[in-house]
Order: sequence, then C-alpha cells, then structure tokens
Amino acid sequence: MSELRFEDVRVRYGATLAVDGVSLTVPAGQVVGLVGESGSGKSTLARAAVGLAPVSEGTITLDGRPVPTTGRNRPLQMVFQDPYSSLDPRMSIGESIAEAIPPGSGRAERRAEVQRLLELVHLDPTRAGARPSELSGGQRQRVALARALAGRPAVVIADEITSALDVSIQGAVLNLVRELQRELGLSMLFISHNLAVVRYVASHVAVMHQGRIVEEGPTAQVLAAPEHDYTRELLAAVPGNRSAR
Amino acid sequence: MSILRTPLGLAATVLTFGVLVLAVVAPILWTDKANAIDTSNILAGPSADHWAGTDNLGRDIFYRTLVATRLSVELALAATAIAVVVGLVLGTASYLLGRRSGRLVSAGINIAVAFPGILLALFFAVIFGVGATGAVLAIGLAGAPSFGRLTQTLVASVGSRDYVSAARVAGVGRFRILGRHVLPNVSEPLVVNATIGAGGALLAFAGLSFLGLGVQQPKYDWGRLLFDGVSSIYVNPAAALAPGIAVLIAGLAFNLFGECIAKGLGVGVVGGVPELPPMAATLDDEQEPVEETHHEGTELVLDVRDLEVTFPGPNGPIRPVRGVSFAVRRGEAVGVVGESGSGKSLTALAISRLVGDPGRVDASRLELLGTDLRTADTKAQRQFLGTSMAMVFQDPMTSFNPTRRMGGQLAEVARHHQGMDRKQAMARAIDRLSAVRITEAERRAHLYPHEFSGGMRQRAMIGMGLMGSPALIVADEPTTALDVTVQQQVLDLLAAIREADDVALVLISHDVTVVGEVCDRVLVMYAGKIVEDLPAADLATTAQHPYTRALVAAVPDMDTDLAEPLAVIPGRPVDPADVPLGCAYAARCPLATTRCTTEEPPLESDAAGRRVACWHAGEPIDIEIQTLQEVEA
Repeated sequence: MSELRFEDVRVRYGATLAVDGVSLTVPAGQVVGLVGESGSGKSTLARAAVGLAPVSEGTITLDGRPVPTTGRNRPLQMVFQDPYSSLDPRMSIGESIAEAIPPGSGRAERRAEVQRLLELVHLDPTRAGARPSELSGGQRQRVALARALAGRPAVVIADEITSALDVSIQGAVLNLVRELQRELGLSMLFISHNLAVVRYVASHVAVMHQGRIVEEGPTAQVLAAPEHDYTRELLAAVPGNRSAR
Repeated sequence: MSILRTPLGLAATVLTFGVLVLAVVAPILWTDKANAIDTSNILAGPSADHWAGTDNLGRDIFYRTLVATRLSVELALAATAIAVVVGLVLGTASYLLGRRSGRLVSAGINIAVAFPGILLALFFAVIFGVGATGAVLAIGLAGAPSFGRLTQTLVASVGSRDYVSAARVAGVGRFRILGRHVLPNVSEPLVVNATIGAGGALLAFAGLSFLGLGVQQPKYDWGRLLFDGVSSIYVNPAAALAPGIAVLIAGLAFNLFGECIAKGLGVGVVGGVPELPPMAATLDDEQEPVEETHHEGTELVLDVRDLEVTFPGPNGPIRPVRGVSFAVRRGEAVGVVGESGSGKSLTALAISRLVGDPGRVDASRLELLGTDLRTADTKAQRQFLGTSMAMVFQDPMTSFNPTRRMGGQLAEVARHHQGMDRKQAMARAIDRLSAVRITEAERRAHLYPHEFSGGMRQRAMIGMGLMGSPALIVADEPTTALDVTVQQQVLDLLAAIREADDVALVLISHDVTVVGEVCDRVLVMYAGKIVEDLPAADLATTAQHPYTRALVAAVPDMDTDLAEPLAVIPGRPVDPADVPLGCAYAARCPLATTRCTTEEPPLESDAAGRRVACWHAGEPIDIEIQTLQEVEA
C-alpha cells in the first residue's frame, strides 16, 4: 500500500496550462475518483504521473519519493481508456502481459504469472495465446488491467476505463475493479466523467475544472452536498438525475 | 495470398519472379554465348542466329541483355537496401533521440529530401570514380531521405498509440519498444514502398549507366547496353530496344508487384464474396396482412414494417437487421437501445436511405409522412428526405467540412433543397443557429467547425437538420462523444425542438438511462430484432424481457447499492454472421429453457400496445444467477 501525492503540479503545453496547480492525495489503499469534463486536465494529470507528459512545476511523489519514470521498476501503473488501441494487435495477450512483468524471472515463472493474472481478471488462462482481435471490448479491458497489475504496482491509475465500453460490459469491469482493489489493497486514482460510476467505485472524489481541483472530499459528502457550482452542474447532468436540479 | 486472385496481381507476381529467376539463371547458362566475340559479324542486325543483332565486337546482344539481368537487379537491390537501412535509421532516430535532437534529425531529412539525386550521383562519381560503387551509393543515399521521412511519419503515428504508452509505463526501453511494438506495426507500408523503390532504383540505374556514370566496361548492365546500343541505333535499332524493353519489363514488374501488395494489405480479403441474390423489391402483395398498429387515428410520421438490412459476407449474406417493425407518431420520441452490434444504428441508416453498397435494405413498408421511401433514389426523393428528415450523428467533428465556414455549410442545405438564394439561405442559417441556442449566431456563422466546441458543433448539426422543416429527427448516439454536462444541453435542446414544432424523434443510444429520460417509448433491440417495445416510464419498473431488465440493472445510477456488485450480462452479443436458432438471447438468459433454444419467440402485443418477444416474459429472475462473477470467460 502506498500513497500517491500530487503537490502543486503544473503541466504546460506550449502556451496553454493543461494542469494548473493541482494538489491531490490518493491515500494508501483508497480509491480516489477524479471527475471533470474533457479538456479539464484529468487525463493530462494522469499522464504526468506516469511520465507520459512533462511536469513543468510541482512534484508527484509515491510515499514521499519521486515517482520513477525511467527504468524497469514502475510502482505506478496506468490503464488506458480505449482497450481497442491499448493492446498491440500483433502480440498475443499473454505476451502483452508478460512484457510488463519485471525482469529477472525465468520463462516458466513468467508463464505461470501470466496465467495467475489472467485468472485474477476472470479470463480463461488457456487463452493466453489469443490475439486482441479475438476478444470483446470488455475482455480486452481485463487484459489491460492484468497488464497493469503485472508490474506489481502500488498505485494504479485508471483513465476512463469504461467509457469506451458498452454499458452492459461496463458493469462487469467495474465489479472487477472493486474486487481487485479490495483483494490487493491497491491505491487507485479512478478517472471518469460519469459521476454514477465514480460514486460506485471511489471513496473519495475530486472535481477538476479548467486545470484546477475545485472541490474534493468523501464521495458521499460531495455528492450529497456539493459546494462548488461546477459540481452541482455535473450532478444535475447525470442522466436520470433531473430531480437534483 | 489474396494478391494472386486478381489478374493484375497474378501477372505482377509472375513477372517479378520471372525477372528474379532470370537474374539467377541467365549468367550461369549464357555467359559464354554473351561474351563470344565474332569479329566477322559486327554491328549486325537481327537474324536467326542473333535475335537482337550484335555489338561492335560481334557479341550477341540478346544474350548480353539476358545475362545483364543479374547485375542490373543486384545493383538495384543493393541500392534499395542502402535506402531502406539508412532510411530506417534516419526515420527511427527522431523517435529514439527524444524531442530536441529528434527535431534536428527531421530537419536534416527534410533538407535531404529536397536534394536532387543526380547531383548526389555526380558527387559520388567524383569521390569513388565513375563506376558501379558510386552509382549504388548515390542511388541508395538519394532514396534514403524519402524512405526516412515515410518511416518517421509512420513511427510517429504508431508511437503515439496507447499500447506504446502502456509499454513505456511498464518500463520497457525505447529500443525494445521500437523493435517489438513500433516496427512490426509499420512494416507493411515499408515493405510495399521498398518493393516499389526497387523498381525505381532499377530505372535510375539504367539512367545513370546510360549517362556513362554507372557500370563501366567490361562489366555491363542494361543501362550500359542501352548506352552502347544507342550509338548504333541507325544501324541496328534492336541493340538499344532489347535492353530498353528489359528495363521496362523489370521496372514495371517491381512497381506493379509493390502496388498489388499495397492493395492486398490495404483492402484485406476482397475476393470470394458471393453476390447477393436479387430480392423482390416489394413484398406487399404476398405478405400476410401486417397487424395494424395501435396508433390509429393519429398521424404516423414514420411507418416501418419488416425492415431488413443485408450485407454480403464471405460465407453467405449477413443480416444485421432481421425484420424490424415500428411506427412513430407526430411529435413522439422513440428511443432505440441495444449493445453494439444489435443493429440499432443500421436501422437508423436504413430509414434515412444511407445504407450504401454493398448493403441492401428490404421492407414490406417504409414510409415517411405517407411517402414510400423504397422507390428509386431520385432527386425528388432526396429533396423530400432532405427537408422532412434530419439526421444527427455521433461525431459532430466528422460531420462538417473542416475547410468551410459553418454558416455557409448550413446555408447550402437551404439553397440545395429549398431553392433559396444566397442571402435568404444565410439568414435562415443564422436563424437556425440561434434556434439551437448558439449565442452570437451571426458572428459564429463565419467561424470554421474547429472553432466550435464539441457541444456547439453537435447543436449546429441539429441546426443543419432544422434548415428544412423536418417532421422527424433521427439521432444516432448524439451525445456519446460529449461530456455529461454538454450531453444534457443537447438532450434538452432535442426535447425543446420536439415540443416547439411537434417534431418526432428517434433517439438511438446504448445508454438506457439517456433514452429513458428523453423518450416516450423505448424499443429494445437484440441481434437485429426488436425484443421489447414499452413506455419509457416503465423501463425501471415493469420491463418484461430479461434482456431489458438486465440492461437497466447493469447501469449504475446515483441510487445504486454500493454494497452489492453490479448486475452484469454474461456472455457476449450475438455475431450477426452466426445467429443461433430460437431466441438469440437464450445463451445469456437466466430464464432460458429448451424451448428458447429451439423456437423463436414472436413479438407479441398486449392490450396496452406494449410488445415483447420472450417465452418467459416477466418471470422473476434469480438475482444470484445474474451477478455471476465468471462472465465472458
């Protein structure tokens, strides 16, 4: 269990400030939901944490130490939005997962680890040789989760992992996320624009708007008594939640 | 190999392999004949002994041309290899070096692309002396920058994919990522271009040798033979024609072969798709009378009976929409829900007559405002569709022409369909933009699509549909690409338009909550059929079909019990190419019995006009079965 902490993080792309001074803590073993519209900077924040976007100012630390973004030891892992583009179409799912296993283990060990991970995400371990094209969207997203777990991460960032999926599959992936988080005691930053989904998965929620965190707190509290106008707007926009207006 | 199935592909393949075989075999078989000097018979014309005549030493030009194949092809391949290797190094360098040094490399490539190849050849001729080495290096290096640029572009596009990001996050090194993820995924276009490049190099060599900058005596390639032959072209034209034809054939072979590989890779398996048998255009007379819908007395905007959409497939026709019947009254909002592949979007496209070749649409009735839409695609019909129906698509960015101003694009509809002049049409466009709540419509009409936000574009798309006075708006996942807050604005707008002008709405969505909020009635589709048709208000409470109930339960809302796992639908949707017997949902259904797997339940109406197709409609479902963990395994 580890704590992920953003301190006054700024990410600049040319003249635009995508992330404008964000301080956010993902406590050990907790799930923090990060909500906001597209362009609010939530994905950029996630990419900055794993080293895919440059941090202009501020620090991102894991248990007080800077998050390593080079080398094989990556305690921070990320699951991407679109399972159709996050798996190499030319590699079998087993190879994709094995690639993320830290080096130093033998061939047999790696194979066993791949089987274990596939079982962990409720996929048939005998299908390790399958190509991503043979799998449904939901199954691919499980493979992506298994790959993230292969790095034995302390913290996982899930970036809109259900928004490219059919609602009928979304439920199964969300169940899996909750189950894995509980069993493995993962800390997790769960990014979504869907408040109903965040409510179901996260114990804490942070609302991001135009590069800043405008509100954060325990999920139940924020959703029941939103303080910021933007949070209220988001809540009112949840389909089937019109009475909230 | 699919390229062998087309005559051109077959010819190109045979030619290419012919040239390669000749390159190997010819010097072994005919070197002696090609080098035999016959001073009594110099510069002779074609004869039975010497098919293309002889040169100034009396050597047989036909055999010399055949033997020269090896050197010509070797040199061309060597130059191509240099171009590919140097190009790959240059092209991948900017990926490996990181941003700053990468930029320098690409600047270098850009300059090198502009550098003329012939100048490079002269330059190397000075360094290495006139001869094959200099020519190979010159042609190879001259081809490298363009290959490098291609590689760079391809690598950059694959390098930004999520699976590459995922590998980076997993700590995989750059070289490893390049070798395992990037290069394999760009190899196809590179191979194609290298093959075409070989043809180009062959021609370039012939050119250089012909200019005297290439192969020198006593060695000879086709260019050299051409050079020698041209000097005696008035005495024996065949001496120049023979190597010329060889160059032509070999160059053509490589180029065509490359093109065919490209086509084969780009299009996928094309051959062997059986044609659809022609179907009767109207089935009206023979059909048993279709049960009259219960909406009698009110005017029907849309009336669809037995709608089918069929596509040719490799193993016979595929029918993603298998007999859909429904009607929409004036001002009514009907939602269509289902998973991807359920046929809901195709149903919408079929109504709008937008199913293109090779798909075909059949229906026993397809009427918009009483006008039969099944008739031929005439100008009058297009005009009628263009003004009475509006279509809103999922991605508003791809629905507009990015190079034209918004106002002009909307105005075009009015000018085209309603015969308005430029001024009237523009005024109408601005009026419609404000009708869809775009503020400062007059100013914004002069902006380009990319200057609109996603929500604004989607509203402008709806505005475009309102340029006529539509009786029906068909919206296919209009909010899926939008944020929740913007989604709400668009849904509100659709509701307001409906109320104001009594416009009917067909809203297609995979999200049952969105449909439930906006629509009066909901059609639930599964495997190309309507399985339930019920009032939207009853969705959460009295849905009868187990699939509808599962769809509703699978979506978390703000009241979902946090202690329980979400309900899931086990298994995966039916493949339209492989629809099972009986009820298509049976394999995923907790209520399924033997009857369900053998006998297809009909869509039956009850007294209230609700329709459901299920043998076990409304039976209680054991929650334990539904929350099964082992799903999709």
